[in-house]
Amino acid sequence: MAQARLDRRENITGWVFIAPALILLGLFMIYPIVWSLWMSFQVGKGMNLSFGGFANILRLTKDPVFLRALGNTFTFFIFQVPIMIVLALLFAVALNDSTLKFRGFFRTAIFLPCATSLIAYSTVFKSMFAIDGVVNQTLMQLHLIGEPISWLGDPFWAKVLIIMAITWRWTGYNMIFYLAALQNIDRSIYEAARIDGVPAWARFRYLTIPMLKPVILFTTVISTIGTLQLFDEVANFTAGTGGPSDSTLTLSLYIYNLTFKFMPSFGYSATVSWVIVVLVGILSFLQFLIARDRRTS
Amino acid sequence: MTVSSMTTTVDRAVAQSRVPANPWGLVRRALVYVLLSLAAFVSIFPFYWMVVGATNTSADIIKGKSSLGSALITNATAFFTQVDAVRIFWNSGVIAVVATVLTLAISSLAGYGFEMFRSRVRERIFGFLLLLLSIPFAAMMVPLFVMFSQAKLVNTFAAVILPTVASIFIIFYFRQTTKAFPTELRDAARIDGLKEWQIFLYVYLPVMRSTYAAATIIVFMANWNNYLWPLVVLQTAENKTITLILSGLTAAYTPDYGLILFGTVLATLPTLVIFFLLQRRFVEGMLGAVK
Repeated sequence: MAQARLDRRENITGWVFIAPALILLGLFMIYPIVWSLWMSFQVGKGMNLSFGGFANILRLTKDPVFLRALGNTFTFFIFQVPIMIVLALLFAVALNDSTLKFRGFFRTAIFLPCATSLIAYSTVFKSMFAIDGVVNQTLMQLHLIGEPISWLGDPFWAKVLIIMAITWRWTGYNMIFYLAALQNIDRSIYEAARIDGVPAWARFRYLTIPMLKPVILFTTVISTIGTLQLFDEVANFTAGTGGPSDSTLTLSLYIYNLTFKFMPSFGYSATVSWVIVVLVGILSFLQFLIARDRRTS
Repeated sequence: MTVSSMTTTVDRAVAQSRVPANPWGLVRRALVYVLLSLAAFVSIFPFYWMVVGATNTSADIIKGKSSLGSALITNATAFFTQVDAVRIFWNSGVIAVVATVLTLAISSLAGYGFEMFRSRVRERIFGFLLLLLSIPFAAMMVPLFVMFSQAKLVNTFAAVILPTVASIFIIFYFRQTTKAFPTELRDAARIDGLKEWQIFLYVYLPVMRSTYAAATIIVFMANWNNYLWPLVVLQTAENKTITLILSGLTAAYTPDYGLILFGTVLATLPTLVIFFLLQRRFVEGMLGAVK
């Protein structure tokens, strides 16, 4: 009897601890999400909305700008996430070697980019990648290119620039997660493998990768979410246009334009935002599936 | 301490005895240094560029001049005449500090509550929150904006801060690190007659300093740099944050890079200072989360 009363008091204490967070999340997250789901079935301009059934979803399939934004977002995701994850893993493995000199320096240097403000780095990149800027000059002096690349004026190179910029900013962030996880791996396993003559790449492939799998999965999912929601970089590199000629327009930037730049069309922009939700859901599910498959085989 | 330093010494001895015997090891080692030096250079160069740029004229910057110039005073004067710097940095500071304090308080309470007082219902809620983590901010933005405009809170700091305060990511982070919190400490405090809120305040909080430091870096940076939501909700110039003002200056048809890079250096300083002050604890805190 006394035991049961104590449990009930503990239970109430538990609720008290999480109550402020739950109330705020309910008000500023769950309620808006439900509302936006409902909104995505509404058609009309401004606040003059009426139920449109699947009209918005039909509109998606016929909207060339949406399809463009979808394609661009996917391109960013396909190239940026793997490049960043591989680089972060390589740096983490290299830095985990306790015989390495200047470890602290390398770790801080590579992590430093994610301590900058978004606006700082997009301005810096924009000025570095100007047509006569320091990057083009260096590349020309090295005879890697014959004439300056119009980084922000060419649809292809604009995409490359965005991918490079995001990779610059977030590789160190992901690296810290891997470093932290690597420190928890028992070093004697590596010693044993080394004594048995297992080559370095095989140790990486068959020891490091499997043991880091949960962290790799976590960072991949987080990066997928981040890239699919890409807004800040594109908005600042292209002054909010997604140019040249929509070649860097992302889904989030399109939602912003639909809501606040063009004649507001809340219903349709909510529909576009749910496309991101569905994409994140599918991709995260696939990533979980791949991670599980490898474990059983 | 002794165990880890002993392993390091053994490792070092093993490595030193191994390297001369194996020429490939030397080549590989050299490659690692080249790779890391290159990465460090690429990571640091933009910072150097930013500082040097603040001393050059806009024309020199886009021509790629990468040595110190003499336009620092001109850039500074131009920046302070175009931007009401005191007010703008005050705005950014108030928003970032208030949001960070509230986020740490509310999210750490929740993380502690979820981990220390487990029940089936709360586990279900926690799982549901993790699912919500995958929903992009864009999906909430429009209803949030309508909510705040109906409450006549558009263009206020409250509108910027409130939606960020309960962060599922930070709750998750605190829950993970709380797993390493020794429950014996809590039990001892209970026997001593401390109430639950006292245990949290006087036992848990001091023990979890590293976790709080890591979370401070993450949350402060996120708020200081936050762009999309403040852009939507802060509408008059005198209420904007430094991030929004600099973004506006960059979007000009012919941006004055000298002025902007000067502002950028100022805007980056607070996050760098916090990062270097808390860096050691930051790495400790991250380690705690993954354990």
